[in-house]
Amino acid sequence: MIQVGIDVGAKFIKVLIIKDGNVIAKEQVSTGFESKENAANLFKQVLQKTGISRDEVNSITSTGSGRKVVDFATKSITDVTAASKGATSLYPEVKTVIDVGAEEGRSIRCNAEGKIVDFAINEKCAAGAGSFTEAMARALEIPLEEFGVLSLKSDKEIPMNAQCAVFAESEVVSLLHAKTPKEDIAKAINDAVASRITSMVRKVGFEKEIALIGGVAYNTGFINSLETDLQAKIIIPDDPEYVGAYGAALITN
Amino acid sequence: MAKEFWRWKEYNWKSDAIDWKSGTTISAGVDVGSVSSQAVILVDGELYSYSNMRTGSDSPMSSQNAMNWAMEDSDMKLDDFHYIVGTGYGRVNVPFANKTITEIACHARGANFMYGNTVRTLIDMGGQDCKAIQCDEKGKVVNFLMNDKCAAGTGRGMEVFADLLSLSIEDVGELSFDIDEEPEPVSSTCVIFAKSEATGLLRQGWPKNKVLAAYSSAMAHRVVALLERIEIQKDFVITGGIAKNIGVVNRLQKEIGIETLKTDYDTQIAGALGAALFAKVLAEKARK
Repeated sequence: MIQVGIDVGAKFIKVLIIKDGNVIAKEQVSTGFESKENAANLFKQVLQKTGISRDEVNSITSTGSGRKVVDFATKSITDVTAASKGATSLYPEVKTVIDVGAEEGRSIRCNAEGKIVDFAINEKCAAGAGSFTEAMARALEIPLEEFGVLSLKSDKEIPMNAQCAVFAESEVVSLLHAKTPKEDIAKAINDAVASRITSMVRKVGFEKEIALIGGVAYNTGFINSLETDLQAKIIIPDDPEYVGAYGAALITN
Repeated sequence: MAKEFWRWKEYNWKSDAIDWKSGTTISAGVDVGSVSSQAVILVDGELYSYSNMRTGSDSPMSSQNAMNWAMEDSDMKLDDFHYIVGTGYGRVNVPFANKTITEIACHARGANFMYGNTVRTLIDMGGQDCKAIQCDEKGKVVNFLMNDKCAAGTGRGMEVFADLLSLSIEDVGELSFDIDEEPEPVSSTCVIFAKSEATGLLRQGWPKNKVLAAYSSAMAHRVVALLERIEIQKDFVITGGIAKNIGVVNRLQKEIGIETLKTDYDTQIAGALGAALFAKVLAEKARK
């Protein structure tokens, strides 16, 4: 039994393959502007790598904001369904799934059976999504990968006035001019994003255990800020950006 | 250094017709905004001079620079002023002001002077905010709403696009009409997302001006959404830097079906002008 999940996100396309209940492959590629071709090519490559022929595939489920481009999918599900399925399958004790991607954030509350009770989405505004941090890392001239670790070096609390990423960029530049250490600014940015996410999480309510998925879960400084805000420990899966694709692969019809 | 497409020209202006030394009341208004700063000098309530420049990282310094520039070639000193009012986002940072007044009140007062007392609704489209204001025949604020949280619908958003498209900010209004057909507005609200969307459109082969048109109408639409939350009454005017961008102004007029009044005054000085008008009244009051 071979199940495929394809998650077409704003920044990355993820493909994951489950064979007889085990994840045997996961790959990703930049979404780019030719998302349709990129998704099809990535799928082909992963099949080649794993030596699976197209006829052996039992199901292909697409998800993500660009899921429509996967015209060869046998099923298509929303991000919310994929995220909750993926996270609760990995951790049955999870009741709250927070998914923060490049351009969207969502908070999903599930019951003990992993069924969705309520959810909230932000897809309108970069504040509270990965793009915000990305823009700030650029303004600070530090690689995105180092952003989280750098912010952990600071215990300062500098409130950011700006909510909007465009305005926050100017604010970061002002802070740099005022000789504010980069780690303090990075911490301020993580705190700001965490507080946006927290207000979304509180809107739907949350119950332990809490899991954080999506690419932003690689930002350790952000996790720290979010845990402080929610006053709770958060579960971070390995390869958090693949949880949506994993959930999609699990849902076959 | 790379060309800064967002950068607009700074300037000052002085009347040749007025001799300030013969004036009874010399007043000034200084508007320190998040993006630009203006100083306006009035002699007995007549516009004598003004300056318009970019706000630097140091607000007190910016207010001083704007003031100095408005006084340039006039042999004026700060001591010559009977009253100075500071306004704008950085109004607390005008060290030489006798008083501060909110930019909402100043813009309404300034618009009343610039466009006449028939103005009932104005929208100030500034660098980092957008305010919809209702006022009476005296230029007094009746009601207002503002967006200062989000760059969509502000001058800064247009600057970001000027940079993205490598088109000078002073040309984007005109250029946005140099198209074959009016496109659908950019669908993303967030400027960050709109930038990615625009990059995608360019990749699809859209000419720059068409992308610009799509963003200009998105911006107009965004402002209309704010305007609709207060009642739009005639006469309707636009102040601030975006008032100079016909790409946004014309699309906005079309969407609400109301023409804006036009003025020969510089729309960016409305706030500082209002402040200077308040300063005149306050100077006269102090004298009594």
